[in-house]
Amino acid sequence: MSANRTAYRVMSRNDLTRRLVSHLSGNEAVIAGIGNTNFDLLDAGHRPENFYMLGSMGLAAPIALGVTLAQPDRRVIALEGDGSILMNLGALTTIATLAPANLTVIIWDNGLYQITGKQATATAGPTDIVRVAESCGIPQSYWATDQSHFEQLVTTAVSTNGPHFIAARVDDASATARPERNPVLWRDRFMTGIGTRAERSV
Amino acid sequence: MTWAEQLLGCLQSSEIDLAIYVPDEVLTPLIDGASADPGMDAFAASREEEAIGIAAGYAMGGRRSVVMMQSSGFGNSVNALASLVVPYQLPVAMIIGERGVLGEFNPVQVPISRAIRPALDALGIPHRTLERPEDVEPVASRVIQQSFRTGSPSVLFINPLLTGGKADR
Ligand SMILES: Cc1ncc(C[n+]2csc(CCOP(=O)(O)OP(=O)(O)O)c2C)c(N)n1
Repeated sequence: MSANRTAYRVMSRNDLTRRLVSHLSGNEAVIAGIGNTNFDLLDAGHRPENFYMLGSMGLAAPIALGVTLAQPDRRVIALEGDGSILMNLGALTTIATLAPANLTVIIWDNGLYQITGKQATATAGPTDIVRVAESCGIPQSYWATDQSHFEQLVTTAVSTNGPHFIAARVDDASATARPERNPVLWRDRFMTGIGTRAERSV
Repeated sequence: MTWAEQLLGCLQSSEIDLAIYVPDEVLTPLIDGASADPGMDAFAASREEEAIGIAAGYAMGGRRSVVMMQSSGFGNSVNALASLVVPYQLPVAMIIGERGVLGEFNPVQVPISRAIRPALDALGIPHRTLERPEDVEPVASRVIQQSFRTGSPSVLFINPLLTGGKADR
Protein backbone atom coordinates (compact mmCIF):
# COMPACT_ATOMS: atom_id res chain seq x y z
CA MET A 1 0.00 0.00 0.00
CA SER A 2 1.27 3.42 -0.84
CA ALA A 3 1.55 6.52 1.30
CA ASN A 4 0.91 9.94 -0.20
CA ARG A 5 2.75 10.09 -3.54
CA THR A 6 4.13 13.54 -2.76
CA ALA A 7 6.41 11.81 -0.25
CA TYR A 8 8.33 10.17 -3.12
CA ARG A 9 11.28 11.56 -4.95
CA VAL A 10 10.81 13.20 -8.34
CA MET A 11 13.36 11.54 -10.63
CA SER A 12 14.70 12.02 -14.14
CA ARG A 13 12.56 10.05 -16.62
CA ASN A 14 15.52 9.76 -18.96
CA ASP A 15 17.76 8.39 -16.20
CA LEU A 16 15.11 5.94 -14.96
CA THR A 17 14.56 4.71 -18.51
CA ARG A 18 18.30 4.03 -18.79
CA ARG A 19 18.27 2.22 -15.45
CA LEU A 20 15.32 0.13 -16.63
CA VAL A 21 17.07 -0.86 -19.86
CA SER A 22 20.28 -1.71 -17.97
CA HIS A 23 18.32 -4.31 -15.96
CA LEU A 24 16.87 -6.06 -19.01
CA SER A 25 18.51 -9.37 -19.78
CA GLY A 26 18.07 -9.05 -23.52
CA ASN A 27 14.84 -10.50 -24.83
CA GLU A 28 12.16 -8.58 -22.94
CA ALA A 29 9.67 -6.83 -25.22
CA VAL A 30 9.12 -3.18 -24.31
CA ILE A 31 6.03 -1.36 -25.61
CA ALA A 32 6.58 2.37 -25.18
CA GLY A 33 3.66 4.79 -25.15
CA ILE A 34 3.16 8.00 -27.08
CA GLY A 35 5.58 10.93 -26.87
CA ASN A 36 8.31 11.36 -24.27
CA THR A 37 7.92 7.77 -23.07
CA ASN A 38 9.12 6.26 -26.33
CA PHE A 39 11.50 9.14 -27.10
CA ASP A 40 13.45 8.37 -23.92
CA LEU A 41 13.33 4.63 -24.56
CA LEU A 42 15.02 5.23 -27.91
CA ASP A 43 17.48 7.58 -26.20
CA ALA A 44 18.46 4.73 -23.84
CA GLY A 45 19.66 2.80 -26.90
CA HIS A 46 17.55 1.05 -29.51
CA ARG A 47 16.79 -2.59 -28.83
CA PRO A 48 15.18 -4.83 -31.47
CA GLU A 49 12.51 -5.81 -28.92
CA ASN A 50 11.31 -2.20 -28.53
CA PHE A 51 8.00 -1.07 -29.97
CA TYR A 52 7.53 2.69 -30.37
CA MET A 53 3.96 4.02 -30.42
CA LEU A 54 3.72 6.99 -32.74
CA GLY A 55 0.04 7.41 -31.85
CA SER A 56 -2.73 5.38 -30.17
CA MET A 57 -2.50 7.28 -26.88
CA GLY A 58 -3.34 4.99 -23.97
CA LEU A 59 -2.79 1.67 -25.73
CA ALA A 60 0.69 0.69 -24.52
CA ALA A 61 -0.68 -1.62 -21.82
CA PRO A 62 -3.26 -3.32 -24.09
CA ILE A 63 -0.65 -3.88 -26.83
CA ALA A 64 1.75 -5.29 -24.23
CA LEU A 65 -1.03 -7.52 -22.90
CA GLY A 66 -1.58 -8.87 -26.42
CA VAL A 67 2.13 -9.68 -26.76
CA THR A 68 2.17 -11.46 -23.36
CA LEU A 69 -0.76 -13.65 -24.42
CA ALA A 70 0.86 -14.52 -27.75
CA GLN A 71 4.27 -15.16 -26.18
CA PRO A 72 3.77 -16.41 -22.62
CA ASP A 73 7.47 -17.24 -22.29
CA ARG A 74 8.66 -13.70 -22.99
CA ARG A 75 8.62 -10.92 -20.41
CA VAL A 76 6.79 -7.87 -21.68
CA ILE A 77 6.97 -4.35 -20.28
CA ALA A 78 4.50 -1.55 -21.02
CA LEU A 79 5.91 1.96 -20.52
CA GLU A 80 3.22 4.58 -20.30
CA GLY A 81 2.74 8.20 -19.20
CA ASP A 82 0.23 9.14 -16.50
CA GLY A 83 -1.97 11.04 -18.94
CA SER A 84 -1.95 8.04 -21.26
CA ILE A 85 -2.89 5.43 -18.66
CA LEU A 86 -5.71 7.74 -17.48
CA MET A 87 -7.19 7.49 -20.98
CA ASN A 88 -7.65 3.72 -20.62
CA LEU A 89 -7.87 2.83 -16.94
CA GLY A 90 -10.22 -0.01 -17.87
CA ALA A 91 -7.20 -1.81 -19.34
CA LEU A 92 -5.90 -2.30 -15.78
CA THR A 93 -9.06 -4.26 -14.92
CA THR A 94 -8.51 -6.56 -17.90
CA ILE A 95 -4.88 -7.08 -16.90
CA ALA A 96 -5.98 -7.83 -13.32
CA THR A 97 -8.57 -10.32 -14.55
CA LEU A 98 -6.22 -12.20 -16.91
CA ALA A 99 -3.25 -11.75 -14.56
CA PRO A 100 -0.50 -12.54 -17.08
CA ALA A 101 2.59 -13.61 -15.13
CA ASN A 102 4.94 -12.11 -17.74
CA LEU A 103 3.58 -8.53 -17.82
CA THR A 104 4.91 -5.39 -16.12
CA VAL A 105 3.33 -1.96 -16.47
CA ILE A 106 5.54 1.03 -15.66
CA ILE A 107 4.04 4.51 -15.35
CA TRP A 108 6.08 7.70 -15.67
CA ASP A 109 4.03 10.09 -13.55
CA ASN A 110 4.95 13.72 -14.12
CA GLY A 111 1.43 14.90 -13.22
CA LEU A 112 1.27 16.46 -16.68
CA TYR A 113 0.17 16.09 -20.22
CA GLN A 114 3.67 17.33 -20.84
CA ILE A 115 4.03 17.10 -24.58
CA THR A 116 0.81 18.97 -25.35
CA GLY A 117 1.66 21.99 -23.20
CA LYS A 118 2.10 20.79 -19.61
CA GLN A 119 -1.55 20.76 -18.61
CA ALA A 120 -2.12 19.09 -15.21
CA THR A 121 -3.38 15.49 -15.04
CA ALA A 122 -5.51 14.04 -12.26
CA THR A 123 -2.40 12.41 -10.77
CA ALA A 124 -1.11 15.89 -9.93
CA GLY A 125 -4.23 16.16 -7.77
CA PRO A 126 -6.18 13.56 -5.86
CA THR A 127 -5.56 10.45 -7.99
CA ASP A 128 -2.93 7.97 -6.80
CA ILE A 129 -2.28 5.73 -9.79
CA VAL A 130 -0.74 2.93 -7.68
CA ARG A 131 -3.86 2.78 -5.53
CA VAL A 132 -5.90 2.74 -8.72
CA ALA A 133 -3.94 -0.29 -9.97
CA GLU A 134 -4.28 -2.03 -6.59
CA SER A 135 -8.01 -1.40 -6.55
CA CYS A 136 -8.33 -2.76 -10.09
CA GLY A 137 -6.92 -6.00 -8.72
CA ILE A 138 -3.17 -5.86 -9.35
CA PRO A 139 -1.77 -6.52 -5.87
CA GLN A 140 1.90 -6.13 -6.85
CA SER A 141 1.59 -2.38 -7.45
CA TYR A 142 4.27 -0.08 -6.05
CA TRP A 143 5.59 3.45 -6.07
CA ALA A 144 9.33 3.70 -6.65
CA THR A 145 10.47 5.83 -3.74
CA ASP A 146 13.92 6.56 -5.17
CA GLN A 147 16.30 5.37 -7.89
CA SER A 148 17.62 2.31 -6.12
CA HIS A 149 14.13 1.27 -5.10
CA PHE A 150 13.08 1.60 -8.76
CA GLU A 151 15.92 -0.70 -9.76
CA GLN A 152 14.90 -3.21 -7.08
CA LEU A 153 11.30 -3.16 -8.30
CA VAL A 154 12.43 -3.70 -11.91
CA THR A 155 14.72 -6.57 -10.90
CA THR A 156 11.81 -8.25 -9.12
CA ALA A 157 9.44 -7.58 -12.01
CA VAL A 158 11.67 -9.23 -14.61
CA SER A 159 12.45 -12.26 -12.45
CA THR A 160 9.21 -13.15 -10.64
CA ASN A 161 5.60 -13.83 -11.61
CA GLY A 162 3.45 -10.79 -12.31
CA PRO A 163 1.52 -8.88 -13.27
CA HIS A 164 3.67 -6.11 -11.81
CA PHE A 165 2.79 -2.42 -11.72
CA ILE A 166 5.43 0.23 -10.96
CA ALA A 167 4.91 3.98 -10.91
CA ALA A 168 7.61 6.61 -10.55
CA ARG A 169 7.29 10.35 -10.14
CA VAL A 170 9.34 11.91 -12.90
CA ASP A 171 10.48 15.31 -14.08
CA ASP A 172 9.39 17.16 -17.20
CA ALA A 173 12.75 17.45 -18.92
CA SER A 174 12.27 17.46 -22.69
CA ALA A 175 13.14 14.19 -24.35
CA THR A 176 15.51 14.80 -27.23
CA ALA A 177 15.44 11.57 -29.26
CA ARG A 178 12.78 10.98 -31.92
CA PRO A 179 12.05 7.63 -33.54
CA GLU A 180 11.75 7.89 -37.30
CA ARG A 181 8.07 8.49 -38.19
CA ASN A 182 7.76 5.20 -40.01
CA PRO A 183 5.19 2.87 -38.43
CA VAL A 184 5.84 -0.12 -40.70
CA LEU A 185 9.60 0.10 -40.06
CA TRP A 186 9.07 -0.19 -36.30
CA ARG A 187 6.50 -2.95 -36.69
CA ASP A 188 8.95 -4.97 -38.78
CA ARG A 189 11.90 -4.34 -36.48
CA PHE A 190 9.82 -5.25 -33.43
CA MET A 191 8.48 -8.43 -35.01
CA THR A 192 11.95 -9.41 -36.12
CA GLY A 193 13.18 -8.67 -32.58
CA ILE A 194 10.60 -10.96 -30.98
CA GLY A 195 10.99 -13.68 -33.59
CA THR A 196 7.71 -13.37 -35.46
CA ARG A 197 9.11 -12.10 -38.72
CA ALA A 198 12.04 -13.48 -40.63
CA GLU A 199 14.74 -10.99 -41.58
CA ARG A 200 14.88 -11.04 -45.35
CA SER A 201 17.30 -9.47 -47.74
CA VAL A 202 15.52 -8.01 -50.71
CA MET B 1 -25.76 -25.27 -38.64
CA THR B 2 -26.52 -21.84 -37.24
CA TRP B 3 -24.72 -18.76 -38.55
CA ALA B 4 -22.72 -18.67 -35.30
CA GLU B 5 -21.57 -22.28 -35.70
CA GLN B 6 -20.59 -21.61 -39.30
CA LEU B 7 -18.65 -18.50 -38.34
CA LEU B 8 -16.93 -20.24 -35.44
CA GLY B 9 -15.84 -22.91 -37.94
CA CYS B 10 -14.32 -20.18 -40.13
CA LEU B 11 -12.40 -18.78 -37.16
CA GLN B 12 -11.07 -22.23 -36.30
CA SER B 13 -10.02 -23.03 -39.86
CA SER B 14 -8.31 -19.62 -40.04
CA GLU B 15 -6.15 -20.58 -37.02
CA ILE B 16 -7.69 -17.94 -34.79
CA ASP B 17 -7.26 -19.02 -31.18
CA LEU B 18 -8.39 -15.91 -29.27
CA ALA B 19 -11.63 -13.92 -29.24
CA ILE B 20 -11.51 -10.50 -27.55
CA TYR B 21 -14.95 -8.98 -27.19
CA VAL B 22 -17.08 -6.25 -25.76
CA PRO B 23 -20.47 -7.95 -25.56
CA ASP B 24 -23.30 -7.53 -28.04
CA GLU B 25 -26.57 -9.40 -27.66
CA VAL B 26 -26.90 -10.67 -31.22
CA LEU B 27 -23.28 -11.90 -31.12
CA THR B 28 -23.95 -13.89 -27.92
CA PRO B 29 -24.12 -17.30 -29.63
CA LEU B 30 -20.77 -16.61 -31.29
CA ILE B 31 -19.17 -15.31 -28.08
CA ASP B 32 -20.54 -18.28 -26.14
CA GLY B 33 -19.36 -20.66 -28.85
CA ALA B 34 -15.85 -19.20 -28.78
CA SER B 35 -15.80 -19.30 -24.96
CA ALA B 36 -16.86 -22.98 -24.93
CA ASP B 37 -14.36 -23.99 -27.64
CA PRO B 38 -11.39 -25.83 -26.08
CA GLY B 39 -9.13 -24.59 -28.89
CA MET B 40 -9.93 -20.96 -28.28
CA ASP B 41 -9.58 -18.45 -25.46
CA ALA B 42 -12.17 -15.71 -25.09
CA PHE B 43 -12.38 -12.75 -22.74
CA ALA B 44 -14.04 -9.37 -22.46
CA ALA B 45 -12.11 -6.11 -22.78
CA SER B 46 -13.46 -3.04 -21.01
CA ARG B 47 -13.61 -0.97 -24.20
CA GLU B 48 -13.37 -1.63 -27.91
CA GLU B 49 -10.18 0.37 -28.53
CA GLU B 50 -8.55 -1.63 -25.76
CA ALA B 51 -9.66 -4.85 -27.49
CA ILE B 52 -8.05 -3.60 -30.70
CA GLY B 53 -4.81 -2.77 -28.88
CA ILE B 54 -4.72 -6.30 -27.45
CA ALA B 55 -5.39 -7.79 -30.88
CA ALA B 56 -2.60 -5.64 -32.38
CA GLY B 57 -0.12 -6.93 -29.77
CA TYR B 58 -1.30 -10.50 -30.30
CA ALA B 59 -0.77 -10.17 -34.05
CA MET B 60 2.74 -8.77 -33.64
CA GLY B 61 3.36 -11.62 -31.18
CA GLY B 62 2.73 -13.99 -34.07
CA ARG B 63 -0.78 -15.27 -33.38
CA ARG B 64 -4.28 -14.67 -34.71
CA SER B 65 -7.22 -13.26 -32.81
CA VAL B 66 -10.60 -11.80 -33.63
CA VAL B 67 -12.27 -8.74 -32.08
CA MET B 68 -16.05 -8.87 -31.58
CA MET B 69 -18.13 -5.81 -30.83
CA GLN B 70 -21.44 -4.04 -31.41
CA SER B 71 -21.66 -1.38 -34.11
CA SER B 72 -21.82 1.28 -31.39
CA GLY B 73 -18.40 0.02 -30.26
CA PHE B 74 -16.90 1.05 -33.56
CA GLY B 75 -17.21 4.62 -32.28
CA ASN B 76 -14.94 3.63 -29.39
CA SER B 77 -12.42 2.08 -31.77
CA VAL B 78 -11.67 4.77 -34.30
CA ASN B 79 -8.39 6.17 -32.98
CA ALA B 80 -6.96 2.70 -32.34
CA LEU B 81 -7.69 1.86 -35.96
CA ALA B 82 -6.62 5.20 -37.42
CA SER B 83 -3.36 5.67 -35.49
CA LEU B 84 -2.26 2.07 -34.84
CA VAL B 85 -3.83 -0.69 -36.93
CA VAL B 86 -3.98 1.14 -40.27
CA PRO B 87 -0.60 2.96 -40.30
CA TYR B 88 1.30 0.00 -38.77
CA GLN B 89 -0.51 -2.33 -41.23
CA LEU B 90 -1.66 -4.90 -38.69
CA PRO B 91 -4.04 -7.78 -39.40
CA VAL B 92 -6.89 -7.13 -36.96
CA ALA B 93 -10.04 -9.05 -37.91
CA MET B 94 -13.26 -7.59 -36.53
CA ILE B 95 -16.76 -9.02 -36.32
CA ILE B 96 -19.39 -6.36 -35.69
CA GLY B 97 -22.98 -7.06 -34.65
CA GLU B 98 -24.98 -4.53 -36.61
CA ARG B 99 -27.57 -2.40 -34.83
CA GLY B 100 -29.37 0.67 -36.10
CA VAL B 101 -30.66 -0.91 -39.32
CA LEU B 102 -33.59 -3.04 -40.58
CA GLY B 103 -36.06 -2.65 -37.77
CA GLU B 104 -34.01 -0.95 -35.03
CA PHE B 105 -36.15 0.31 -32.14
CA ASN B 106 -33.57 2.47 -30.36
CA PRO B 107 -32.86 5.81 -32.07
CA VAL B 108 -29.41 6.17 -30.45
CA GLN B 109 -28.16 3.14 -32.41
CA VAL B 110 -28.96 4.71 -35.77
CA PRO B 111 -26.43 7.55 -36.27
CA ILE B 112 -23.30 5.43 -35.78
CA SER B 113 -24.76 2.79 -38.09
CA ARG B 114 -24.98 5.48 -40.78
CA ALA B 115 -21.40 6.64 -40.12
CA ILE B 116 -19.67 3.30 -39.83
CA ARG B 117 -19.27 2.26 -43.48
CA PRO B 118 -18.22 5.72 -44.73
CA ALA B 119 -15.71 5.84 -41.86
CA LEU B 120 -14.32 2.41 -42.72
CA ASP B 121 -14.09 3.41 -46.39
CA ALA B 122 -12.27 6.62 -45.45
CA LEU B 123 -9.82 4.59 -43.36
CA GLY B 124 -9.33 2.09 -46.18
CA ILE B 125 -10.57 -0.83 -44.08
CA PRO B 126 -12.35 -3.49 -46.17
CA HIS B 127 -15.74 -4.66 -44.92
CA ARG B 128 -18.40 -7.16 -45.97
CA THR B 129 -21.90 -7.66 -44.64
CA LEU B 130 -23.25 -11.13 -43.87
CA GLU B 131 -26.99 -11.29 -44.54
CA ARG B 132 -27.64 -14.79 -45.91
CA PRO B 133 -26.68 -18.10 -44.26
CA GLU B 134 -25.17 -19.44 -47.49
CA ASP B 135 -22.74 -16.49 -47.62
CA VAL B 136 -21.30 -16.97 -44.13
CA GLU B 137 -18.68 -19.60 -44.84
CA PRO B 138 -17.43 -18.45 -48.29
CA VAL B 139 -17.38 -14.75 -47.46
CA ALA B 140 -16.15 -14.91 -43.87
CA SER B 141 -13.31 -17.33 -44.50
CA ARG B 142 -12.07 -15.30 -47.49
CA VAL B 143 -12.26 -11.97 -45.66
CA ILE B 144 -10.40 -13.35 -42.64
CA GLN B 145 -7.75 -15.10 -44.72
CA GLN B 146 -7.12 -11.97 -46.74
CA SER B 147 -6.81 -9.93 -43.56
CA PHE B 148 -4.01 -12.11 -42.20
CA ARG B 149 -2.30 -12.77 -45.52
CA THR B 150 -2.14 -9.11 -46.48
CA GLY B 151 -1.53 -7.66 -43.02
CA SER B 152 -4.66 -5.56 -43.15
CA PRO B 153 -7.62 -5.02 -40.83
CA SER B 154 -11.06 -6.23 -41.90
CA VAL B 155 -14.66 -6.04 -40.77
CA LEU B 156 -17.47 -8.57 -41.08
CA PHE B 157 -20.89 -7.11 -40.29
CA ILE B 158 -23.42 -9.51 -38.82
CA ASN B 159 -26.68 -8.12 -40.18
CA PRO B 160 -30.18 -8.53 -38.66
CA LEU B 161 -31.26 -10.45 -41.77
CA LEU B 162 -28.84 -13.18 -40.67
CA THR B 163 -29.48 -13.13 -36.93
CA GLY B 164 -33.07 -11.93 -36.68
CA GLY B 165 -31.77 -8.79 -34.96
CA LYS B 166 -32.40 -7.71 -31.41
CA ALA B 167 -35.98 -7.72 -30.12
CA ASP B 168 -37.31 -4.74 -28.16
CA ARG B 169 -37.96 -6.01 -24.65
C1 LIG C 1 -6.51 10.14 -28.61
C2 LIG C 1 -5.57 11.26 -28.43
N1 LIG C 1 -5.90 12.30 -27.64
C3 LIG C 1 -5.03 13.31 -27.46
C4 LIG C 1 -3.81 13.30 -28.07
C5 LIG C 1 -2.82 14.44 -27.86
N2 LIG C 1 -1.77 13.98 -26.93
C6 LIG C 1 -0.62 13.44 -27.38
S1 LIG C 1 0.44 13.03 -26.16
C7 LIG C 1 -0.62 13.65 -24.99
C8 LIG C 1 -0.23 13.69 -23.55
C9 LIG C 1 0.30 12.41 -23.03
O1 LIG C 1 0.48 12.58 -21.65
P1 LIG C 1 1.40 11.58 -20.86
O2 LIG C 1 1.11 10.20 -21.26
O3 LIG C 1 1.27 11.89 -19.40
O4 LIG C 1 2.87 11.89 -21.37
P2 LIG C 1 3.75 13.22 -21.21
O5 LIG C 1 3.44 14.09 -22.36
O6 LIG C 1 3.41 13.86 -19.88
O7 LIG C 1 5.15 12.73 -21.26
C10 LIG C 1 -1.80 14.12 -25.57
C11 LIG C 1 -2.93 14.70 -24.80
C12 LIG C 1 -3.51 12.19 -28.90
N3 LIG C 1 -2.33 12.08 -29.55
N4 LIG C 1 -4.40 11.20 -29.05
